[in-house]
Amino acid sequence: MVRHALLQLKPQKGRVSRNLEHLQSALLKLGDEGIDVAVVPEAFPTGYFLQGGVRELALEADELVERFALWHAAHYQDPLDLVLGFYERDGGSYYNAAAYLELGGRGLVHLHRKIFLPTYGVFDEERFLDRGHELASFDTRFGRAALLICEDFWHTVTATTVALQGAQIVYVPSASPARGFGNSAPANVERWETLARAVSGEHGLYVALASLVGSEAGKLMSGGSLIAGPEGEVLARAPVFEEAALLAEVDLDRIPPVRYDNPMLADLKAGLPLIFPELRRVVEEL
Amino acid sequence: MRVVRGVPNREVLELDYSLVAEVLTRFVREELAVRGYERAVVAVSGGVDSAVTLALAAQALGAQNVHALSLPHRDSSPESVAHARLVAERFGVRLETVDITPMVEGYALQTPDLTPRRKGNVMARTRMIVTFDKSEQYRALPLGTGNKTERLFGYFTWHADDSPPVNPLGDLYKTQVWGLAEFLGVPDEIIGKAPTADLEPGQTDEADLGVRYRRADVILEHYLKGYPDAYIVGLGYTPEEVALVKRRVNRTHYKRHLPAVALISSTAIGEFYLRPLDFRIED
Repeated sequence: MVRHALLQLKPQKGRVSRNLEHLQSALLKLGDEGIDVAVVPEAFPTGYFLQGGVRELALEADELVERFALWHAAHYQDPLDLVLGFYERDGGSYYNAAAYLELGGRGLVHLHRKIFLPTYGVFDEERFLDRGHELASFDTRFGRAALLICEDFWHTVTATTVALQGAQIVYVPSASPARGFGNSAPANVERWETLARAVSGEHGLYVALASLVGSEAGKLMSGGSLIAGPEGEVLARAPVFEEAALLAEVDLDRIPPVRYDNPMLADLKAGLPLIFPELRRVVEEL
Repeated sequence: MRVVRGVPNREVLELDYSLVAEVLTRFVREELAVRGYERAVVAVSGGVDSAVTLALAAQALGAQNVHALSLPHRDSSPESVAHARLVAERFGVRLETVDITPMVEGYALQTPDLTPRRKGNVMARTRMIVTFDKSEQYRALPLGTGNKTERLFGYFTWHADDSPPVNPLGDLYKTQVWGLAEFLGVPDEIIGKAPTADLEPGQTDEADLGVRYRRADVILEHYLKGYPDAYIVGLGYTPEEVALVKRRVNRTHYKRHLPAVALISSTAIGEFYLRPLDFRIED
């Protein structure tokens, strides 16, 4: 069992030190819970909507690692894994990124830079950020994982790719302004749940979605973080709009029997070579 | 064999008003907090928009933290004043009355050719002056009451009704404000009466606009979502109504923006230098 905490926290815009302290304080409050992996939403250190302010507030990955390494050493005996969405500066380039940190261990294990930058409607990411170009699963202390950020996950081909790479759990930091109030839950929250259940059920893996909360100049981030299991079931669901720590056990040993009974991923591996020439043709014509 | 037919798609304006109320109270609380405020001031006209705004503010902040203002002119309808009082009583908010007649008439005395329409706009802007002064007096942020329909039509006094920094109703059509008003318990006589800016005797919104709100809102929603005119007409609206609605929207875009500024540099504010309104850097 891998004990997860999805920390659906509310940042204050631009107050990086305060926000990181808020996160650290939330983690310390969960000290007795024996958390193995904590997952924090997209852009948590700064807030999501920054426009050109990304240039002033983005962090270098090393800087982030250092801030958490010192804090971890002061408060923990055992390692703690932390998945954190943040705006990253790398030389003259800026990314919407997520880091997988093994605090008290290997440090930065993996860095994912968001590939699909929403630039429509209320979103304007590609105007201010560079695209990531890599999609890779990686090994953690517990199993094989992958990171996808927000819209990355809305294109199911990304989850399919990391599933084929062996991912057993996909971490999805996100920031999703609530919209669509025709039903008892916001339409975007329902859409996220539909996606998470479809992806986890199709590939027999876990999906851990950590979704930001707080009002950013009228855009009310929805929250509604969740963990979906390998049969497409929701294992735990956080409330909408308010800060919450969603705790859930992830049992990676469930994956082999579930995939044995419902071998969609194996079928995909068998059938993919048949459709791949056509897929390649379509991509080459883009 | 059973034959099941799909129905043509149409946008639905009906909302889950319980969820909307939750979202809007949270919005009011959080947007005030980020600006360092715990109290709000709401100018209450006796109409449904300000009644809903007052109800949301009272829920969000506690009635004791909301200041309701009645700002009548001697030409205002007595019904408007009575309804402002009724709304404040219903939601347990203390109502302060400031008669704007001397302010407005002080200007009118010097302006003999002041038309009723211009005088109405002077009244609206006078109410804005009083509201912002009361804001400073009580350290309470003014809440806007403008709905999406009037914003899209430009049917408001510029730099008056649209001036408060936080507006919970600005993305709700009038039809939806009525729905939310019912959910929040706004008195029936306020929901049921003909909407009026009450800037001129006998004025009503729908006579000014030339279209009923409930019809305009459906047209607007389909237009904004990219449905062609013929499709909207197919839903039962006349080509004249559709044209009228589109014309009102497209003649008033300037009223939904800050003033045009001559672009001189590559750091022009809002053109090149882009920051969201809540942007800040840690002190």
